[in-house]
Amino acid sequence: MAHEHKLEIFRGLVKFKSNTSKIWGVLVFLTLITVIEVALGIVKPESLMGKFLGMKILNWIFIILTIVKAYYITWDFMHMRDEVKALRRMVVWTAIFLIVYLVFILLQEGGYIESVYSSGFIKNDF
Amino acid sequence: MNTTVATGTEGKTWGGGNKPLTASYGKLMMWFFIVSDALTFSGFLAAYGFSRFKFIDSWPIADEVFTHFPFLHGVEAPMYYVAFMTFVLIMSSVTMVLAVDAGHHMNKAKVTIYMFLTVIGGIIFVGSQAWEWNTFIKGEFGAVQTKGGNILQFVDAEGHRVAVADFAKVETGTRTQHESKNGLWFVDEGALPAYTMGEINNGLAAHPEVLVRTQIINEAGKKTVLSREESVKQLKDNGRLFVQGANLHVNEYGSPLFADFFFFITGFHGFHVLSGVIINIIIFFNVILGTYERRKSYEMVEKVGLYWHFVDLVWVFVFTFFYLV
Repeated sequence: MAHEHKLEIFRGLVKFKSNTSKIWGVLVFLTLITVIEVALGIVKPESLMGKFLGMKILNWIFIILTIVKAYYITWDFMHMRDEVKALRRMVVWTAIFLIVYLVFILLQEGGYIESVYSSGFIKNDF
Repeated sequence: MNTTVATGTEGKTWGGGNKPLTASYGKLMMWFFIVSDALTFSGFLAAYGFSRFKFIDSWPIADEVFTHFPFLHGVEAPMYYVAFMTFVLIMSSVTMVLAVDAGHHMNKAKVTIYMFLTVIGGIIFVGSQAWEWNTFIKGEFGAVQTKGGNILQFVDAEGHRVAVADFAKVETGTRTQHESKNGLWFVDEGALPAYTMGEINNGLAAHPEVLVRTQIINEAGKKTVLSREESVKQLKDNGRLFVQGANLHVNEYGSPLFADFFFFITGFHGFHVLSGVIINIIIFFNVILGTYERRKSYEMVEKVGLYWHFVDLVWVFVFTFFYLV
């Protein structure tokens, strides 16, 4: 029953001495991201209100930070970092491919229906 | 009799008699369950995104919906409580992974303590979610639903929300609720709204400082406030029903779809947390009874841990898409 843990995060930038200290380190990192998210959500800086690919830059930042959090939860709390490559790809790539595909289709369609509401002959302001 | 068939793959990675993924059967099955459950949640969240893109110019602004904090009445505290909930769940994820780690070292006392803390964290989270639901269902200011299903809210000149109860002119002698015992026995009627449209119309006419706010988001990212004349006219022409709080039919904060998705997705997630707490409790007692000590492996803690972290993972996304974006 060997339990080898890879102890470095950020591509080897930070290396922890034990698995326990790595857990606390990741907690600090996740908390920091959550604090940044909440602060941005309350302040809503005017400079981040511009649009990029049809969505506010602020929203893009939120989504990217969420994915970063998800990565560290999966890799360090769920020990994906310690699994073999085949298992990791089986789980992660399958999910990511299907989710990206589904999200793309549904958002595309939602945007289309919105354009029908706003520029077609449909009245909804009553 | 030797029935073994030589396949020519003996000794290779996938030739059999080997664990190519170096993970046990139970852990693999937990991973595959997590993948399928992740797809279920993605389906829900993508459907939420679909509806939101469909009504992109009139969707409720989360900061205006979830402004409450327990024991702080009348204080606008958007997101602080849900940030607290997020932190509780991440924290209980940490105690869970510490329990797994202690399990690897066969340290029964530590596993017990950490499992206990994880259960407590889960219970705090579910309780917080119940409070969040309760606040959302009760609502705060009340609003009017129009014939077209849109929501009209009320604000003063500075743009602060005004509760319908503060300006509606209450009349007596309006109609009573129909009950099957004193009317048609085969027809039922739900509870009557607290205010009739006449009462709200008269109240608005008597309070010149109150304006109507529609759900259309303007260029500045704020909800549109109508002028005084437009307010009176809009309410009179199109107002149909007084709405307080949110349920599956109406939602005082805007599109009913917002409430539907909120209840469904956070409800489904809350159900996962609840089942996680129950499973954690079972494992906790197994740890105390020494089941895994006798088994000489705490792998069961690890498998339950995977599920528990997954619940945390989903919450990270729910948090983003319901409260931040």
